[in-house]
Amino acid sequence: MAKGYETVIGLEVHVELKTESKIFCSCSTVFGAEPNTQVCPICSGFPGMLPVLNARVVELAIKAGLALNCEIADYCKFDRKNYFYPDLPKAYQISQYDLPICKRGCLEIDADGQKKTIGITRAHIEEDAGKLVHQGDITSSPFSLVDLNRSGVPLLEIVSEPDMRTAQEARTYVEKLRSILLFAGVSDCRMQEGSLRCDANVSVRPVGQKELGTRAEIKNLNSFRSLEKAIEYEAKRQIFDIEDGVEIIQETRTWDEEKQTTRSMRSKEEAHDYRYFPDPDLPPLKIGKDWIETLRGSLPELPDQAQERLIRDFNLPLYDAVIITSSPEYLAFFDECVKLYSDAKVVSNWMMGELNKVLNQNNMEISDCKIRPNALARMLELIDEGTISGKMAKTVFEEMFASGKEADLIIKEKGLVQISDEETLKKLINDIVVQNPKVVEDYKNGKKKAAGFFVGQVMKATKGQANPALLNSLLEERLQKEL
Amino acid sequence: MELYQLSLHELQDILKKQDSSSEEIVLSILKRIKLVEDNVKAFVTLDEELAIEKARKCDQEKDYTGISGIPYALKDLICTRGMRTTCSSHMMENFVPTYDATVAAKLKEAKGILLGKLNMDEFAMGSSTENSAFYPTRNPWDLERVPGGSSGGSAAAVAADEAPFALGTDTGGSIRQPASYCGIVGLKPTYGRVSRSGVVAFASSLDQVGVLSKNVRDCAIILNIIAGHDPLDSTSVNVDFPDYTESLSTDIKGLKIAYPQEYFQQGVDEEIKEVVKKALLKYEEMGAVVEEVSLPHSEYALAAYFLVSTAEASANLARFDGVRYGIRDLEAENVVEMFSNTRAAGFGDEVKRRIMLGTYALSSGYYDAYYLKALKVRRLISNDFEKIFKDFDIIVSPTTPTTAFKLGEQNDNPLTLYMNDILTVPINLAGLPGMSVPCGFAAGLPVGMQIIARPFDEAAIIRAAYAYEQYTDHHTVKPLLGVKENG
Repeated sequence: MAKGYETVIGLEVHVELKTESKIFCSCSTVFGAEPNTQVCPICSGFPGMLPVLNARVVELAIKAGLALNCEIADYCKFDRKNYFYPDLPKAYQISQYDLPICKRGCLEIDADGQKKTIGITRAHIEEDAGKLVHQGDITSSPFSLVDLNRSGVPLLEIVSEPDMRTAQEARTYVEKLRSILLFAGVSDCRMQEGSLRCDANVSVRPVGQKELGTRAEIKNLNSFRSLEKAIEYEAKRQIFDIEDGVEIIQETRTWDEEKQTTRSMRSKEEAHDYRYFPDPDLPPLKIGKDWIETLRGSLPELPDQAQERLIRDFNLPLYDAVIITSSPEYLAFFDECVKLYSDAKVVSNWMMGELNKVLNQNNMEISDCKIRPNALARMLELIDEGTISGKMAKTVFEEMFASGKEADLIIKEKGLVQISDEETLKKLINDIVVQNPKVVEDYKNGKKKAAGFFVGQVMKATKGQANPALLNSLLEERLQKEL
Repeated sequence: MELYQLSLHELQDILKKQDSSSEEIVLSILKRIKLVEDNVKAFVTLDEELAIEKARKCDQEKDYTGISGIPYALKDLICTRGMRTTCSSHMMENFVPTYDATVAAKLKEAKGILLGKLNMDEFAMGSSTENSAFYPTRNPWDLERVPGGSSGGSAAAVAADEAPFALGTDTGGSIRQPASYCGIVGLKPTYGRVSRSGVVAFASSLDQVGVLSKNVRDCAIILNIIAGHDPLDSTSVNVDFPDYTESLSTDIKGLKIAYPQEYFQQGVDEEIKEVVKKALLKYEEMGAVVEEVSLPHSEYALAAYFLVSTAEASANLARFDGVRYGIRDLEAENVVEMFSNTRAAGFGDEVKRRIMLGTYALSSGYYDAYYLKALKVRRLISNDFEKIFKDFDIIVSPTTPTTAFKLGEQNDNPLTLYMNDILTVPINLAGLPGMSVPCGFAAGLPVGMQIIARPFDEAAIIRAAYAYEQYTDHHTVKPLLGVKENG
């Protein structure tokens, strides 16, 4: 960040609400079906067809609102947002304009170890559009095909206050939002499937200035990485322009993943006039206090509560607690594991380390992982019992991940049992020390590193199966004799 | 009497007694259609084979309950599975729905026999059926005159004995005005009484499906079939409704009737005022209490109506973009061109005019001045009615300011044409039920009387209309149609 400037970021996040059927018809919402196999006259906008609101959508929106500390409107309505596009069958999107279902909420993020509250302006219900399919690039494709499977899938658009100041904070906000919505059970939040999408409003201003700078809205942010990169790039672009005396204009820009830049899509003047007006096909929605309270009571433990519990009951650092609570499945894995293996910090380390590593490498969710909590707990016990070393455990862990086999079986099959027998190790050490008088000489002359050579040789001779702690102490003992 | 001349309930009696078969009825009607249709042009689509086949099936099953075996036709914006539904628009001339509108399904389930689809002003926008993209329909009372609109085909078909009854839709008078021009009964039920599912929308907050029939009893019979909550239409109301045929009583002693002074001014023809005032005297003779009242916001109704209806229409008709159904311009270089060429070619002038009006009214910067203000006026108009209905059972007025005008007569100025709706639009704005009943003639042309009641009190209308109908004989006078009948 150039000196003297502050970046101001607000985010608009669209999440798909987890319903079996679409928002205004009974078509399935399952992702990945053959094009146009989950459509009907209603979601493809046929003449005379009318929307009928799916009550489950309202229920999930209320739950999301409650989890985000929002006020739930007792009265809200649906509006038509008018624009022409081939993937929008009615040529209007049913959304909520001036009376959203949720407003004035907030969530807390961990910003450099400090708790920071990010305001949520509003969250409203709307329907998704379909999508266009092209041959290659949209500009060179000889045709456009329309797939309406997604048309009418329920979305919740969550708009934040411009409370974030760095790309990192923006990322953390989306991560926190995601974990809250996952815990509340309202969305799958899968960025790669498009069930969580994000637009960023970015502006810059001289430090100390009260008024916000002119903002640009950035679209096409398909991953946490592109969210961060795009914000960083855009803030720099705006600062350079200001420094060069170029006026910032309000516009919509798109993130170019290939070039790692943002470029202008349309200016404010070119922006659509959506001509919002209340949808006469849908009566206003009245939400009773009882319903809201019932839903509040049905909310499960949320990330903040879970983090507090991890810190209080297991003495975990905040950093660990945040990661463990990134999804309910992740937390459940941890909770299961610590029931069987009491050193929570060790469990946390393995989850944040090895487990995360292999999940990321394989682009997998923890729910798809073949290692179950009891298997990890057993493996940790085997380390404690000295059956395998920590280093060997990593090999065992990888094999567990790949095959789903139990640690005991893998150890047996691969003959991976750690050598902890003192006599065996003493003999090996003695042989190597005797065979290498020169190195012993170096050691005597103060080259303490020479000890490493002996460790390496013993490990080589035992194919890495020597108990490292025992090896170290026995070696030290033996070399003492030489001094 | 020929079979085609009979009304719905007369045909029911004949079938029940098995004096004639359904096939004989259908053949009689088809013969009638053949005879007069060249002049009247009420139909857009006629499926003779299907009708005969269905009639034979009814005869085989000898199932003559309800409307089983009785033919009818539908305004061509009511979707019919497997039968072309054009909205009398080039845009939709090739559109064959894969679904039935709820009202179409209900009549099908009741085993009525669908003859075909009836002409209308394109997308229900107009008051003369001259805005049909195919051809204008003519008034059976005078072929030089319009049948009214937008349900002009429905009214003309019933008046010309081409169908014992038909369904139409009414957004600002589109059932009542043509019923009035054609000398038949036309009912627009309360908004929410009848499902709109599968009925191509013009203005969603105003549209309502209703009945055009030869008499009040027939209207009650059909309303019994089509009324009721529909899970496919969130604006259809889940309110119990009575058996409307139980309201067919001639006893209206003590019925409190209001007539609004504003509906007897505003350029209403003197002859029409006289005819309707005579009708009010008849009501007094029958023992009703008649009083003049005021609906002070009436003069703003037409402006509010045109803002609300065109605004909603501009969104409702946006879906006709050439992507999924209807015609498509194949010459376009890109998608925006495809949209605009398709819509330029598919829509007629009146439809385009209203889409533009509505788009303008909703535009940012104009919304508050136009659309929002219109909604406020709408509220005031509703309040006017609510006040009157505290003390009165029904309101009576002329249905239209004039009788049927000549084809082409009002083509040069859309605004004068819009004035036709002046006495009917307030009822749509307030969501009330309203009926036009034949109540006499002016210079040989039918005059309609409008009866309005409280929301969901169609029974009060049916009772008042039936009593009047039985007390008078206007409804027995039939158009000569200027065609010679053979045998």
